[in-house]
Formats: sequence, structure tokens, C-alpha cells
Amino acid sequence: MSFFNKIFVGSVLLILGFSTVSLADESAKLVVEGQPMITRVKAPSHMENVDEIRSGWTFRIKETQSLQMDDFENPGMIFVDKGLDLWNKVEGSKNKACASCHDDASEFKGLRTVMPRWNESANALWSLEDHVNNCRTEQMGAEPLKWGAAPMDSLIAVISLQSRGMPMNVKIDGAVAPLWEIGKELFYTRVGQLDMACSNCHEDNYGIMIRADHLSQGQINGFPAYRLKNAKLNSIHARFKGCMKNIRATPYKVGGDEFRALELYVASRGNGLSSEAPSVRN
Amino acid sequence: MAKGVKPRIKVPKQASAGDMITIKTLISHKMETGLRKDSDGNKIPRSIINRFTCDFNGENVVDVGLDPAISVNPYFQFNAIVPESGEFKFTWYDDDGSVYEKAKKITVT
Repeated sequence: MSFFNKIFVGSVLLILGFSTVSLADESAKLVVEGQPMITRVKAPSHMENVDEIRSGWTFRIKETQSLQMDDFENPGMIFVDKGLDLWNKVEGSKNKACASCHDDASEFKGLRTVMPRWNESANALWSLEDHVNNCRTEQMGAEPLKWGAAPMDSLIAVISLQSRGMPMNVKIDGAVAPLWEIGKELFYTRVGQLDMACSNCHEDNYGIMIRADHLSQGQINGFPAYRLKNAKLNSIHARFKGCMKNIRATPYKVGGDEFRALELYVASRGNGLSSEAPSVRN
Repeated sequence: MAKGVKPRIKVPKQASAGDMITIKTLISHKMETGLRKDSDGNKIPRSIINRFTCDFNGENVVDVGLDPAISVNPYFQFNAIVPESGEFKFTWYDDDGSVYEKAKKITVT
């Protein structure tokens, strides 16, 4: 008796990393593992030129969109697994792991949605990376991790995942107000050989094609994001750097003052959208 | 030896006789082609998953050969109609001789 009599094997589908061209389904609803996400919402009052803010997910093609709806298919979850291994790994002179103080990362529920924020004791604007590195150097006696490198992004994905579905709510007044103004200035300043500002693509022209790419609003509510183009998690600053290279500008330093201010401003433009990390993008 | 290799599978716990079920598998693997060179110009040795199989109750139902053009973290999805309760066994074969296995039971009612 052949095995076909017992078991019928249907189509064997091998994903090779390419898909046929199809347009974005802009009305689709994002539901991740049964949890609905806010992908379209009224713009926060500090955004003068945009009425509705939209997650980058709404600009992607159907195939890319569906990858984010199932944690098994979301390749970003591979890096969350790697991040969890690192979370439990004892390092440094004090023989501690992240898990020694923080158990699983669930106590960080909501942290992603308020970052970056002002840190009183450090008297500086802190991104999630600063929290990770501060813990490593002060509490663990370990070497700080490099911004934008795989171990850092994996750990941040673990922390960010705890806030998935919660709306972004970055504070822009108080001590961070002057930095927010700097970030806004950067967003609207033309730079590079192509003489373009962030706003030229992500505010004036989102929704149209720039050659083969569908321009989004440049929201960072889904970061760290898994990108199909480089098959890894991408940090916010690394994405800024990539954008600046595209317009043939000299990128600012990853983890530097300019990108920190820009991160604050861009994050605040997404206030109201769900945190989606780890998201899947093209 | 390839580092960070971790097989993952998704098989429903139960199914009705005659139902078509979807099986998803993913193994994290760097799938180094053997065609690239490092910064010193030395060839980076090939290191890929070269074969994937799925057995049901000891009988082979899927057997796939993989070649260097397959992307990082190979993902397989296929459908099956399961006639009886039993165990799916998934096996990945690495170039370095490692064999990664994962099994999952399914109850058919």
C-alpha cells in the first residue's frame, strides 16, 4: 500500500524569499495572534501637516502583511528567541544575567511605548539601548552592547514585544521639549546630494511609489523591524542611517545626539499607533 | 558547526478524520552558500541544511533536498490529511553531519 493511501500530502511550498508583485491592501486590518492593532488613527495635535497617521504595515504588500499576523511566520520572532537566550545568559564580573533581576521581561510591559524619554539621573534623553547598556555596565559588570548590532536588537525586541498592541505615547514636553524641537528641525531640514528632508518622502509623498518602493509615513512604532531585504532585525537608528545614505547624505552617528533627537520626534509622530515590534517590513 | 540552529514546528494538536491540516516548519540556520568570500578573500565554507524529511508513524511522507540557493532560515509549509492518530517526526540534515529532530503528536477524532 503506498503511503498516498494513508496520507495525502498537498502542496509543498518552499519560501525562497521572493513574491509576485501585488499592491498593498490599504484597508486591511492587522490582527497579530488574535490581538488587534491600531494601524490608522487621527494624527496627534503636534503634527500640522498630516490628518491621519498610518503604520508602515498598511503600505506593505499582502504577502508581507500576512507574515506579521502569525508569530510562527514572523521571522522577527527568531530573533526574539535569540534575545531570550541572551536574556538568560550570565555575563560580566557580577555573574548576572538580565533574568537575574527582571525574571522574564514582562515587567517592561509598556516601556517601548514611552521611549525615548528623559532620564533624570543621567540628565539625558534615553533610548531603550541606553537602558540595556546601563544595566550591563552598572548591574552586571559586563561590556556594553553595540548599537544596531544583532545582540542589542534581539534584546530590544524581547523588551519591545511586551508592549505589543499598546498605543505609542511618547512624552514631548518638559525636559525633552528642546530636544524635540531639534528633532523636528532635523526632520524638515534638507541634506545630502539629493537635497531631501525626511518630510519630502514621509510627509509630502507617502502613499506613492518611489520607483519600486511604496513610501510610508516613516513611522517607527514597529521597530525593531525585521526587513526582508536584509533578513534581520533593524534598529531605529540603523534605519535612519539607511535613509540618509539613500539621499546621499553623510549619516549622523548611530546613538549620537542628532539621531536621538530625531528618534524622539519621529516616535512622537506615531503617538496613538500600536507598538508592533517585531514588525515585518520589505 | 553552524551556530544558533533551532528547529520549530507548528502542527495542530487534534484534527477530524478527513480534514486537511496545515503543517508549518522553520529552522533557524545561516545557510551559507559556499560561494561567498570573507574580507581577506578566503572562501567561506558551505554550511547549509541539505535535506528535510517528515515521517508519520514511521512512514516517510516528505523528503526534500535543499541546495545553496535556499535563503536563510528555511521555511516549509505543507498540507496533509491525517487518517489516524500518530506522531509527525521532522528531521533536518546539516552539511556538518548534525541532524536536528523534532516530533509532535496529533490526535485524530
